[in-house]
Amino acid sequence: MLNLPRMPLRLNRTEMSLREKLLQLNWSLIALLAAIACIGFATLYSAAGGSLEPWALKQIVRFVVGLSIMIAVAMVDLRFWVRNAYIFYVVAAVLLLLVEIKGTVGMGAQRWIDLGFIQLQPSEIMKITLILALARYFHGATLQEIGRPLFLIPPLIMVLLPAAMVMKQPDLGTAMMLVMSAGAVFFMAGVRMWKFALVAISGLSAIPLAWEFLREYQKKRVLIFLNPEDDPLGAGYHITQSKIALGSGGLFGKGYMGGTQSRLNFLPEKQTDFIFTMFAEEWGMMGGLVLLALYVMLVAFGYAIALRCRSQFGRLMALGITTTFFLYFFINIAMVMGLVPVVGVPLPLISYGGTAMLSLLFGWGLVMSAYIHRDMPISRRGMHDD
Amino acid sequence: MYHDNDRAKLFSRRAMMLAGGKATLVVGLAARMYYLQVMEADKYAMQAEDNRITTRLLAPPRGLILDRNGVAMAINQQNYRVMVVAEQTPSLDYTLDALAKIIPIGESERARIHKEARRRRRFVPVSVRENLTWEEVARVEVNAPDLPGIIIDVGQSRYYPMESLGAHILGYVAAVSENDLTDDPLEELPGFRIGKGGVEKVYDMALRGRAGTSSLEVNSVGRIHRELERKEGEPGIDLNLTLDIRLQQYAAQRLGDESAAVVVMDILTGDVIVMASTPSFDPNSFNRGLSNDEWKDLTTNPRSPLTNKVIAGQFAPGSTFKLLTALAALESRDITPDMRVLCTGHMQLGSIKFHCWKKEGHGSQDLISGLKNSCDVYFYEVARRVGFEKIAEMARRFGLGTQTGIDLPSERPGLIPDRAWKRKALKQPWHPGETLINAIGQGYVTATPIQLAVMTARIANGGYAVVPHVARDQIIEKSVHPRPQPEWPSLEVSRQSLALVRKGMFAVSNEPGGTAYKARITQEGMWLSGKTGSAQVRRITMRERESGVKKNEQLPWKERDHALFVAYAPEENPRYSIAVVVEHGGGGSAVAAPIARDIMLEVQKRDLARVSTEANGTPEPPPDFRRF
Repeated sequence: MLNLPRMPLRLNRTEMSLREKLLQLNWSLIALLAAIACIGFATLYSAAGGSLEPWALKQIVRFVVGLSIMIAVAMVDLRFWVRNAYIFYVVAAVLLLLVEIKGTVGMGAQRWIDLGFIQLQPSEIMKITLILALARYFHGATLQEIGRPLFLIPPLIMVLLPAAMVMKQPDLGTAMMLVMSAGAVFFMAGVRMWKFALVAISGLSAIPLAWEFLREYQKKRVLIFLNPEDDPLGAGYHITQSKIALGSGGLFGKGYMGGTQSRLNFLPEKQTDFIFTMFAEEWGMMGGLVLLALYVMLVAFGYAIALRCRSQFGRLMALGITTTFFLYFFINIAMVMGLVPVVGVPLPLISYGGTAMLSLLFGWGLVMSAYIHRDMPISRRGMHDD
Repeated sequence: MYHDNDRAKLFSRRAMMLAGGKATLVVGLAARMYYLQVMEADKYAMQAEDNRITTRLLAPPRGLILDRNGVAMAINQQNYRVMVVAEQTPSLDYTLDALAKIIPIGESERARIHKEARRRRRFVPVSVRENLTWEEVARVEVNAPDLPGIIIDVGQSRYYPMESLGAHILGYVAAVSENDLTDDPLEELPGFRIGKGGVEKVYDMALRGRAGTSSLEVNSVGRIHRELERKEGEPGIDLNLTLDIRLQQYAAQRLGDESAAVVVMDILTGDVIVMASTPSFDPNSFNRGLSNDEWKDLTTNPRSPLTNKVIAGQFAPGSTFKLLTALAALESRDITPDMRVLCTGHMQLGSIKFHCWKKEGHGSQDLISGLKNSCDVYFYEVARRVGFEKIAEMARRFGLGTQTGIDLPSERPGLIPDRAWKRKALKQPWHPGETLINAIGQGYVTATPIQLAVMTARIANGGYAVVPHVARDQIIEKSVHPRPQPEWPSLEVSRQSLALVRKGMFAVSNEPGGTAYKARITQEGMWLSGKTGSAQVRRITMRERESGVKKNEQLPWKERDHALFVAYAPEENPRYSIAVVVEHGGGGSAVAAPIARDIMLEVQKRDLARVSTEANGTPEPPPDFRRF
C-alpha cells in the first residue's frame, strides 16, 4: 500500500465516530459466538438434569456481560492497545507474581486472586496481554531486525517469564498455551523456520530435565495419559469414563438429556473440563462434528480478519488470539478423547466458568477491534501514520 | 513509512501454513471421534451399560422340610429388623438416641453401627437389630415421625419349630464359609445361609431354589435410581421326609436323658421312620448365633449332642452280632442247627480261657437256644469251626463295615476286621482267640445303629439289600421324583438259614427264659423278635473275675457296658426293624429291649404303611420278597 496514494475512504480515516464503529460490528462473528455459547447453555442445562440451576443461568448472565465487554473492547481504538500493550503486560505479570506470593489456593493450585467482587485468574489475563505485548513488539520491526537473533531475546523473555510463573503454580496447560500461542506470533512475525526447529530440538532434549520439575500429580497425569487402562478406578478413572461416555454415544448420541454416563455421575467434571464428553455422549459424533465445525468457522473468521488487517499489530494480535482460541478447544477436545494428557483446559464458551468466558470474549473484542480498524495504518509507536 | 508489503506477504504465506497445521489437527480430532464413536462404539456402549446397570439377586425362599405326614419341621420365618440410613438422619447418634428409648441398644451395638455406617456409603441401610418382636416393630412404627432415617425391613430366617426334635436329621443352616463356595451366585448375598448338616446339607441345592434378579440403574457411587427389570426366582423345593414326627417325639422322650440312639426303618422300602440321637441340640441356636459358652458346652459334652449317633456312633455290636455269626455258619454248612455245644461257663482255647457272660454256664445248647440265651460259649465254638473270614464276609453282606448309603452326611463305616485289615492296620497276625471275641461282637468289630437296623431289616425281609433313606422322594438336582418301587438286590442267603435265625430271635423275645422275654410285646399281631447285646467297653481282669465281676451299677458311667437291642416286627408279617443303642446303659435286655419294645409298639399302633396305603387308595403291592 506504500505506493498507493492516500485514499479518501471513510474507513481509512484516523478517527472514526462511535456510530461508524457500531455499524462496522461483525454480526456474523457475534452470531457464531452466540451459537456456540447456546450449545453451552443447553449442555449445562442437561448436565444439571434439566435445570437452569446451578449452571446454565449463571453462564447466560456471564455470556451477556462478556458480550457487552466484547463490544466495548471492539469500540476502543486499536492504537490504544498498541500504546498500552506493555503496561497491560506488566500489570498482568505483577498480578501473576501476586498469586505466587499471596494467592488463594483453589483446585490444588495457586491460580486465583480474590479482588472481592471477582476472583481473578491472572494467567487468563496473561494469555491476552502477552499476545498484545508481542504484537506490539513485532509491529514496529522490519524483517531485517527480526532476522537478528539478539532482537528476539526481549520477546523470548516476555514469553518465558510468565510461562515459568504459570508453570510454577502449577498449571501446565496454561503454560503450554502461552508458549504455543506466543510461538504462533513469532512465526507470523517472520522468525526463521530453522530457529523454530532449533527451539523444538532443544525443547525436546530438555524434557528429562523438565520432568524433574513437574509436580507429582502432573507426572501421574502424563503417565496415566500414556496408559489410562492401568488404573481404571484410580487416577485413570476420568479419562476411561470419558472415553466410555464418548464411545457409547455412537454416531447419533443417546439423545438430549439421555446421557447415562453423565447423568449417573460416572463422568467427572461434566460441567467444566469434560463438558465436550457429555455433549458428544448425548449428540453423538454428529453433534461433535457440528460443534467442531462451528469452532473452525470461528477460527476462519479470525484468520480472515487478520489477513484483512492493514496494520501488522492488528494482524499479529488477531491471529495470536485466534490461535489461543484454537488451542483452547483443540487441547480440551483432544484431552477428553485421550489424545493428550489431562491438563485442565476448559472448552471455550461452553465449559462452566467465569474467567475463561470473560477473557475469551475480551479477546474476541480485540479481534473485532482489529476488524473495525482494519484499514487504519498505525505508526511504530501506535500513532496513526502521518 | 517502512516496507510493509514484504511483511504482509510473509504474513499471508505463513498464515496459510499455520492454518494448514491447524486443519491437520482438527482432522485428527475428527478421526479420533470417528474411532471412538463409530469403530469402538459397541465396546464403549457395553461398558457404559455395565457402569449403569447393577444386577441384584433376589433370594428365593428356602424349601420347607416336612415330616411324612406334612408336619413342618423347618420353615422360614419373617425376620423383622430395624435399619438406619445415615444419610436421612440429622446425625446418627441423634436417631440412635431416639431409638434407644424404644428398643434397647447396647454400647457395643452402637459402636458396631457407627463402624458399619462409616464403612458404607451414607445411603446404605445399616442393620441396628434383627429378630424384632411384633410388639417392638409396632412401637418403632408408631414413633416413626421421631425416628428420622429408621426403616423396618423384613427378611427371612430359618426356623425349626420342633427345636431339638429331629435336629440331627434336619441339620442346620449357617453363613457361607470359604470352603462352601460353589458357583451359585446366591452365596454372595449378604446374610445368605446354607445347609450345614443333615438333610439341610444333603439337599441344600434343591432347598435353595433359584435366585431371581433385579436389574437396577445405579449412579457412580452406587445409589439406585430405578428398577429396570425384575425376574422372580424359584423358591426351593419342599422336602418331605420319611420320619414320623409323633413317633420321633415318642422315641426321644422314651430315651430321656440317656446318651442313646434309636432308629426304626421300613424293611421293605428303606424309609427311616424314627431316627433319634440323644442328647440333641436346638438347630435354631446356630442361626441365632451361639455364645462361646454354649458352643463349648456343645462340643465338650461327653454325650456329644452334636453327633448323630445313629449314623456316626460306632459301637461294638456285642451279642447282636451273633445273628451274623449264626448265618455265616449255617450258610457255610459248618454247623447244623441241631449241633449241640456244652457251655460250662467258659471255653479253653490254647492257654487262654474264654468266658461266657453266665459264669455258671448254660449247659447243652443248640442254635436256637444259643441265640435265645445269647450263650457266648456256643458261639465261640461255632466261630472256631467257621473261622472269622466267612463271618466277616456275611457281616459285610448285611451292611456292616461300610456306609449304608443313607442320604445324610457324616455317616461312619464302622469296622468289620479280617486278617488283611489287621496286618495292614496293626501290623500283627490274626490270633485264633480274636475269631472268638469278634464273633460275639466284641474286639475290633464296630457298627453304627443304622447298620444294625439295616442288618435286622435284611434278615427280616428275606435277604434283600434294602438301603435306608430319610427323604420321601428322589431328589435329582433340583427336581422331585417319586421313589420307584424298590427292587433291592438279593443277598443270596438261603431262606432256611434266615428262618432259623429268625426263629432264634423269636425265642429271644417270646419264649420264657429268652434274654428279652421280659420286654416282649403281648398285643396280638404286633409281636416282635429281637436280639439283645451288651458290649463291654472295659477289660475284665483275672483278679476281678475271681473276686466277682462288678455289676454295671457299681461302675462309673464311662465304664458301663453299651446296651443294644435289634428287633423286627410284627412277627408274622415283618415291616419294621429297630436298633437301639444306649451308651454305657448297662445290659441290653434290661435297658435297650424295653425301649425298643415301647417304640415298636407305638410304631405298629400308628402302622404307617397301612395308613399311607389307605390314604393313597391303592392296595399295598405284594412284593415277593416280603415272605419266603
